[in-house]
Amino acid sequence: MADNPKDIAIKPGDFEPLDQQAGPDNERIAAPSLTFGQDVWRRLKSNKTAFTSFIILVLMFLVAFGGQAVYHHDPNAQQPKYANLPPKIKGVDLYGFNGHLKQSGKDVDAYAAAGAGKDVHYVLGTDYLGRDLLARIMYGTRISLEIALIATLIDLTIGVGFGIISGWKGGRVDLFMQRVIEILSSIPQLVVMVLMATAFTKTGMASIIAAIAITGWTTMARLTRAQTLQLKNQDFILAARTLGESAPKIAWKHLLPNLSSVIIIQTMFTIPSAIFFEAFLSYIGIGISSPQASLGTLISDGQKNFQFLPYQMWYPAIVLIVLMLAFNLLGDGMRDAFDPKSKR
Amino acid sequence: MPDARKKILEVHHLKQYFNVGKRDEVRAVDDVSFDIYEGETFGLVGESGSGKTTAGRAIIHLYEPTSGEIIFNGQDVSKLHTKKQMHAFRRQIQMIFQDPYASLNPRMKVKDIVAEGIDIHGLAKDDADRTKQVEDLLETVGLNKDHSSRYPHEFSGGQRQRIGIARALAVEPKFIIADEPISALDVSIQAQVVNLLKELQVKQNLTYLFIAHDLSMVKYISDRIGVMHYGKILEIGPADEVYNHPLHAYTKSLISAVPVPDPEFERNRIQVPYDESREKDDKKRRMVEIAPGHFIRASEDEVAMYTQRAVDAGLING
Repeated sequence: MADNPKDIAIKPGDFEPLDQQAGPDNERIAAPSLTFGQDVWRRLKSNKTAFTSFIILVLMFLVAFGGQAVYHHDPNAQQPKYANLPPKIKGVDLYGFNGHLKQSGKDVDAYAAAGAGKDVHYVLGTDYLGRDLLARIMYGTRISLEIALIATLIDLTIGVGFGIISGWKGGRVDLFMQRVIEILSSIPQLVVMVLMATAFTKTGMASIIAAIAITGWTTMARLTRAQTLQLKNQDFILAARTLGESAPKIAWKHLLPNLSSVIIIQTMFTIPSAIFFEAFLSYIGIGISSPQASLGTLISDGQKNFQFLPYQMWYPAIVLIVLMLAFNLLGDGMRDAFDPKSKR
Repeated sequence: MPDARKKILEVHHLKQYFNVGKRDEVRAVDDVSFDIYEGETFGLVGESGSGKTTAGRAIIHLYEPTSGEIIFNGQDVSKLHTKKQMHAFRRQIQMIFQDPYASLNPRMKVKDIVAEGIDIHGLAKDDADRTKQVEDLLETVGLNKDHSSRYPHEFSGGQRQRIGIARALAVEPKFIIADEPISALDVSIQAQVVNLLKELQVKQNLTYLFIAHDLSMVKYISDRIGVMHYGKILEIGPADEVYNHPLHAYTKSLISAVPVPDPEFERNRIQVPYDESREKDDKKRRMVEIAPGHFIRASEDEVAMYTQRAVDAGLING
């Protein structure tokens, strides 16, 4: 064989035409077709922290909304003679769960002192009016979640709609709408809350939801606007326009699906902040009013007896902490799941 | 004679300015006129930022032109006021985009992407008809019909570009603006897509406005070429004439820069520099027909010079 490449003679006859018939079949894709949602779910499942948070949240939702079907105790039933009883679980003899208290250095059976019969058990104890604390925590969690979910939903609707219109229209409309956002976000949330309390004549769920919704949607609107500005000059939007698609349909078919990750992630961070704001308002006394309970009012009530009966504050506080952590960690995980490029 | 054929598109003194009246006014397209005949491919070339894409988008009415007339099929596009007229116009003229990765909605299945036009214009009788049309279109562009249930991210650049072509074809347009359809693809796939476009042109009697900066590719696909620079068309003529006997200095410079797959030639290539200051001497210029069908943007005193060049090149008899 010739070592010099110049000596290799290549004749036309050495070549054979490729089999043209193989055309389209060559392009078959063997991998299973995954929708965007399936892909996100797969990535979310592989993130252990986020997935654990997800399961914890599902459990908390189940207990908060379905717990009362199993645990038949009226959260508002007062029994003054059983006031301030510590937790007692049947058959457990462990300090903190056996109904005993330390009073002036002595161990006292609080249930016996209150004259409660042998079959009286309060799993998480009672508060200063003798109300079952576990029932109140379940009830309070439900109220907190309801407020957060409704407020976030309103947030989402106004914010996304406002953001898309502002970004899509551009120009003067955008300029005006952005000034509206700036003015709104310059008002402190607390001021809005006090205004709402006056407007609704009584503080309660409606006024809190209104306060959170009015002040909260601006972040969502800003995010969707920024994303819409980026998307609206993408070729696939131009293609839809050249095909004659109407603006509302473009928003529905092209913008929303591509905004969904931003919206969902933002929602995951809005919910805990709404829960937190509600707890804060209830804690300082302009939120949910008794006999209704929320995590904030429970913590506020428990704090009054914190030195002597710490469990009255600890248990609702733990629920709030777990709820906040789970939402935030799940939000983080979802951000990574929706945007695979952001991680690794 | 090309003039005997029917003009499908006439562009008269099209101007597309941005930020009009402000300090940062941009004259992206400045007084551009050309005609496109039915069934031909008109190539629009020019360097980046010369206004080719803007011209294409103004024609398809993605932008509102600052001034000028766009007459499509004898109808002034800027006078299409009713929704119905606009709808009908949208069906006749379609666009293929430059970036196959940005031109397909990543959240939609190929089936729904291709069927978008079918849905908008109500071209399918029922769901089965819609599916069949989509499958036929995919086959037309050389894709497998199983691909219809897939998402765009599963395809290569060339495949995506073909999906984009199928989407444009779905509404059975007469005229397609191909906005640098091959510049984002690698060379082997470029040929595939260009050949597909040529094949479709014959089969479906399409007219193309082919926008590109790759002169050799434009020469291959086009019947006539227009050369754009700084928002103005400098030379229009039959593809071979423009490519082999450029009359305008800018065209000469542009063609001297086309790479040739021949090391011998490349080593001795002389690039012709272009002095653009001449364009800015405030003389009144208009398109002058120097040779039959060969127009140059020239001032009155330059006509003689261009005519002499045409004679030297053998395009006309002195």
